[in-house]
Amino acid sequence: MTDQTVNQTPEVHVRVPRYSGSARINHWIVAISFSLLALSGLALFHPSLFSLTALFGGGQMARWLHPWLGILLAMSFFGLFIRFVSQNFPERTDIVWLSRIRYALTPGGEEYLPEVGKYNAGQKFVFWSQAFLILVLLLSGICIWERGLHYLEAAVGFRVSIETMRWAALIHATAAVMTIVVFVIHVYSAFWVRGTIDAMTRGSVSGGWGWRHHRRWLRRKVREGDVERPSNGD
Amino acid sequence: MFPPIPNPDVSVQKPGFGTQDLVRRSASTVPVPTRQLTPVAKLIDVSKCIGCKACQAACLEWNDLREKVGENRGSYDNPEDLTPDSLTVMRFTEWINPETDTLEWLIRKDGCMHCAEPGCLEACPAPGAIVQYSNGIVDFIHENCIGCGYCIKGCPFNIPRISRVDNTAYKCTLCSDRVAVGQGPACQKACPTQAIVFGTKDEMKAWADARIKDLKARGFDKAGLYDPPGVSGTHVMYVLHHADKPHIYASLPDNPRISPLVKAWKGAGKYAGLGVIALSVVAGALHYLTQGPNRVTKKDEEEAEQLAEKQS
Ligand code: HEM
Ligand code: SF4
Ligand code: SF4
Repeated sequence: MTDQTVNQTPEVHVRVPRYSGSARINHWIVAISFSLLALSGLALFHPSLFSLTALFGGGQMARWLHPWLGILLAMSFFGLFIRFVSQNFPERTDIVWLSRIRYALTPGGEEYLPEVGKYNAGQKFVFWSQAFLILVLLLSGICIWERGLHYLEAAVGFRVSIETMRWAALIHATAAVMTIVVFVIHVYSAFWVRGTIDAMTRGSVSGGWGWRHHRRWLRRKVREGDVERPSNGD
Repeated sequence: MFPPIPNPDVSVQKPGFGTQDLVRRSASTVPVPTRQLTPVAKLIDVSKCIGCKACQAACLEWNDLREKVGENRGSYDNPEDLTPDSLTVMRFTEWINPETDTLEWLIRKDGCMHCAEPGCLEACPAPGAIVQYSNGIVDFIHENCIGCGYCIKGCPFNIPRISRVDNTAYKCTLCSDRVAVGQGPACQKACPTQAIVFGTKDEMKAWADARIKDLKARGFDKAGLYDPPGVSGTHVMYVLHHADKPHIYASLPDNPRISPLVKAWKGAGKYAGLGVIALSVVAGALHYLTQGPNRVTKKDEEEAEQLAEKQS
């Protein structure tokens, strides 16, 4: 009989560690700097959003802070990239998963999907798109950074033509829209798939979560003995 | 000689135009002004310029700016480029005329052209940092400027410069403060040869016509007025002896216009971008409303326990 008491959180018998403390701190630095970047960037993106600069203490402050936050984001994202890249390489089952994506978007549809390792194809998509887009944002951002270019020219003689700056501005704004959309997908998925946020707050997820969404990963964790049994008390 | 503008009455005067005369304001809209000021223009007659730089000195003087002592870079250009302090700079070109095989020394006074369609204003993200009056003057309002440098990307003439002191953008104001009390720009006042004259745009065009006739009579059959239509004309115009090739005058653009890249960056794409972001949020909300949360079930937890049980 299928369980109908879905509104109660079922009792958790097994917890599975998913992210170490340092990975979580790294993730939250990325998350916070990304959010601030999106807010300060959107403030300049369109006049209707210019009042967002008030959050940063005015237009001059937002303009000044944004690129430095960008450097922080790029460096901290690089940390996440190194940590997670090995689990994010594409595999054959990703294609099957993607071809059945409508099941992935329905609660309970997991049964029709291949067993997933640490990351499913959707998560891998978020990972690779953000890696690519942040790199594009970093490079294009530097090319439209008044102060930064001044420092770069003084230090290494690096100059950017105005025509390049125009391309960079267009590319930066486009990539920013894309990265924000991917961010919305990422945050919504974490919220929709209940129990996911635990991974980044407590560092572990319930065994049931692993069974439902990342069964192949759960099997591996169990094999490795890397699970906690809070209910057994041992 | 163009009749010089009389010396001012030195008593305190009320400015002749102000914010009520704005026709454009960056990143914001302005009410349609109740009156139309007479469009003004500065005419720079390149053929009359002797390169004395009195205009540069007058500009520094009137605007109370000081330029750093420069270095000789092997040219008469000094400073070698516009800076936040040097709002105008004489650009010297040694050009060999292929038709006559003679050297011509071309001297162009560079600075803001006060475009009728200003790319700087179009690109600026800060409300009210760049304004345009109905007499054609484009001015930067420093207290609203955030120093982002978007104006540099927007300008087809490579004019604005960001100050490293106050992080705001600077360019020629066409001496809007002087014009407001019936004076001409300081550079015009200082020019000893009347290579710079100032008046209404119509007067300047008429004056240019006479100058062009004169030049043509002297053998410069390509002499003409530089009032580029790509930016709907400018309120700083040049008389060029070789108006068929403006680029020989230290890369004056032949056909300046707001770059299509800037138009794409600042145009409808912005609404598309905001729309796409809004759409992604709406899609999430709809998905949630139709599908509900994806919760782990009791069965999932039990399965996980059994799996762990088997192993241990
Ligand atoms: C990765 C390093 C990044 C650097 C170096 C960077 C740099 C810049 C610079 C220099 C500007 C011009 C305004 C200013 O000077 O502050 C800008 C604008 C902007 N940035 Fe970034 N940025 C980065 C990342 C991001 C990210 C991650 C986002 C989105 C979440 C973003 C969104 C925007 C937006 C929307 C604009 C306004 C574009 C426009 O006016 O059309 N940036 N960025
Ligand atoms: S730097 Fe230029 S574009 Fe940026 S706010 Fe100032 S005037 Fe506007
Ligand atoms: S020349 Fe450049 S700075 Fe001057 S009004 Fe035109 S676009 Fe603006």
